[in-house]
Amino acid sequence: MDARLDTFPRLMLHHAQVRGSHPACREKDLGIWQTWTWAEVAAEVRALACGLAANGFERGMHLAIIGDNRPRLYWSMLAAQALGGIAVPMYQDAPAADFVFVLNDAEIAYAVVEDQEQVDKMHESMPQVPTLKHIFYDDPRGLRNYESVLALDRLQEQGREFDRAHPGFYDGEIAKGGPDDVSVMLYTSGTTGKPKGVCQSHHAFIASAKGGAEFDRLTPDDSILSYLPMAWVGDHLFSLAQWVYVGFTINCPESGDTVMTDLREIGPTYYFAPPRVFENLLTQVTIRMEDASSLKRWMYAKAMAVARRCGAEILDGKPVGIGDRLEYALGNLFVYGPLRNVLGMSRIRVAYTAGAAIGPDLFRFYRSIHVNLKQLYGSTETCAYVCLQPDGGVKLDTVGLPAPGVEVKIGDNGEVLVRGPMLLKEYYKRPDATAESIDGEGYFHTGDAGFFDDDGHLKIIDRAKDVGRLATGAMYAPNYIENKLKFFPHIKEAVAFGDKRSEVCAFINIDMGSVGNWAERRGIPYSGYTDLAQKSEVYQLIKDCVEKVNVELAQDPALAGSQVHRFLVLHKELDPDDDELTRTRKVRRSFIDEKYAVLIDALYGGKTVQHIETQVKFEDGRTGVVAADLRIETAKTVPIPPAAKAA
Amino acid sequence: MAASERKIGDVILKLERISLAFGGVKALTDITFDVREHEIRAIIGPNGAGKSSMLNVINGVYHPQQGTIVFRGEVRHEMEPRQAAAQGIARTFQNIALFKGMSVLDNILTGRNLKMKATIIEQAIHFGRARREELLHRRKVEEVIDFLEIQHIRKTPVGRLPYGLQKRVELARALAAEPSMLLLDEPMAGMNVEEKQDMCRFVLDVNEQYGTTIVLIEHDMGVVMDISDRVVVLDYGKKIGDGTPDEVRSNQAVIDAYLGVAH
Repeated sequence: MDARLDTFPRLMLHHAQVRGSHPACREKDLGIWQTWTWAEVAAEVRALACGLAANGFERGMHLAIIGDNRPRLYWSMLAAQALGGIAVPMYQDAPAADFVFVLNDAEIAYAVVEDQEQVDKMHESMPQVPTLKHIFYDDPRGLRNYESVLALDRLQEQGREFDRAHPGFYDGEIAKGGPDDVSVMLYTSGTTGKPKGVCQSHHAFIASAKGGAEFDRLTPDDSILSYLPMAWVGDHLFSLAQWVYVGFTINCPESGDTVMTDLREIGPTYYFAPPRVFENLLTQVTIRMEDASSLKRWMYAKAMAVARRCGAEILDGKPVGIGDRLEYALGNLFVYGPLRNVLGMSRIRVAYTAGAAIGPDLFRFYRSIHVNLKQLYGSTETCAYVCLQPDGGVKLDTVGLPAPGVEVKIGDNGEVLVRGPMLLKEYYKRPDATAESIDGEGYFHTGDAGFFDDDGHLKIIDRAKDVGRLATGAMYAPNYIENKLKFFPHIKEAVAFGDKRSEVCAFINIDMGSVGNWAERRGIPYSGYTDLAQKSEVYQLIKDCVEKVNVELAQDPALAGSQVHRFLVLHKELDPDDDELTRTRKVRRSFIDEKYAVLIDALYGGKTVQHIETQVKFEDGRTGVVAADLRIETAKTVPIPPAAKAA
Repeated sequence: MAASERKIGDVILKLERISLAFGGVKALTDITFDVREHEIRAIIGPNGAGKSSMLNVINGVYHPQQGTIVFRGEVRHEMEPRQAAAQGIARTFQNIALFKGMSVLDNILTGRNLKMKATIIEQAIHFGRARREELLHRRKVEEVIDFLEIQHIRKTPVGRLPYGLQKRVELARALAAEPSMLLLDEPMAGMNVEEKQDMCRFVLDVNEQYGTTIVLIEHDMGVVMDISDRVVVLDYGKKIGDGTPDEVRSNQAVIDAYLGVAH
């Protein structure tokens, strides 16, 4: 590819030229998929960019992007970049109060938002954000009588006028851009402290997109569903960087609730989802299979037994006996094929998961039904691009080999260090944080603890700062334990405690869908989440899961001491709105330690019941109180043999 | 900021001295009230006050023994349901009246029934006018689906939906008729806080976007006081209050009817 194709706007123009009539973007509107070709996208972006310029947007400014995945929001990012500006996508489900910090930190003056909901949130934050002046919206519904906001349609009209009046302006602006300009600023979710703006250059994201595209041989004929939060680095890599680099087609779902249907209609060839999406899909399949007729259940059980035995091996191209191959082919005809079709995965060539650990059973399930699911490892600071699992070399418990162009080494304290073109330029206005995370040799400190296995695959254990020691001196990796618990479909979230304590205890959140269905099936009546969570049958169900985890932990000498001794099932779901989780659903440990101190004391104090009242925030911002008496249960642990203790 | 800019027009529906009785039971006694164009008009009252009877009189299900109805200048003693629908009055019901076995899409499509002009034969061979009409109607239905944010259940049979969504589908069917006046019979009954908020927003959006006049019966006082322009209060079939939410709130007869009076 031409050396001048070193910024996203130039790449976009390139596609408009060489594959102008190739579909670039689809969106389902009024029940029908609408398509924009690359030439059309280029024209739309041009109008947006000129419109922004007409409204005073200049080189180096930040453009906030807030909303669900809509084509015009992606185009707005490109429009900002064409003018030498920087796109700042934000998590669209955050309440207005959460926006204020980021809007102020990034000195946002211009924002492109999706709809009335977001416009209202902008108006709510405006008194505290003096810089915010221009708000543009995509969906006009309910906004007819709003003042001082402008529809993107109008903005584009202004842009076309501006373009006619200033010919050569737009092309000139694109020509001024350079590969080291910052193209996007993504805010870290902030498990600790305030979010930080990660500045990534065109060069970093293009290098990552190029590496990934060549690694998996992506072509313009590939197609993906863009449905993950636009503020997440994963979506930015797949739906923007790789999209504009490779020139494939992105498809925007009709709404957040229709993703399953849209996935089936589009049949993407390239797919990216965090583990919980794969988990939800499998939970739905399992629930529906339980409701199916006995013949279907029998077929499913038979076929899945075959798949478990040899499905993953066949996908990996390993030698498999002719008998197994025949059985698998039969299974494929009657079960796996139709199942992939229902899941919308018939055409998938490459699927990735990242963002959290994926359960081995879950991972193997998809691979065994011939979905080429792989893991990747990366973070916001590395354009989500550090390690990739190669085809045919997929291991369940590692994140694969260092990606092309990336150097990875393990620090003295076990921390994973990375270096390469995909590294962040800096944290916005935070030279202290930048200096702290990038060392003198140019290695970025990921904050993850891990090691390389014998084949050179990287294995991640936990966040380095979360890894602690039990009072006995044994290693304690809370995420590792929590993930093992969360691999059970009945457990949605878990929080382990044990650092500097004699034993490990845990909070459990049940999965309402899965446990609710389980309870219905057994005729256990319940009134709601809090009630269901405290049923003795449910406690028994969760206890079984915890004890199974204990058995697994006992097999690893280093972790045998981390078996869960006591646990309780929480009366409410941990929620980002209550600050218990980050927007990317990671547990905020210190906050939980503080908020639920009384429960932790009860776990370690040997109590069997503890009363608690908790404030909860509803989606409309109002607050209420949930109160419950929580039971505390002791789980069986496997005695640690003396030999293992010594180790 | 939206509601203040909406222009409330002239009186388009006037009920004068309406009385309705079923045998010896007097459902409505000598009731007079009116509805202005583009307004949200609430009817409230304790159980059995005659609220639903009132709606049924407006759209012609019940025929009052006395009184007259003036709708858009036409004076008549009674309405016929079909006539009411043809004149742009659509409604939803207290106990949901959808076709349980049909999909959401098909249910909403039935709301377009009066606008379908093609003959049954044309429709059967799906040719010419029937084809064009179907495209048009389907588009209208999709607009309503988009408006009420029910894309995800488009093809789901209504019987499988939770109550709150069924209520929304019923509203969708009423909207598909592109009514100028919408009668809503307890649109928020049995809903949780979040569903109620959604429904409120939809009612306000319909009113604002399409300028639809809305007459609604509702028990949730918070909702009524929040979204209505004017409120009429019934008790035992009689009108005991009429005015803006504030006026009604401070009306002694209304307070007595709701809180009870010491005898």
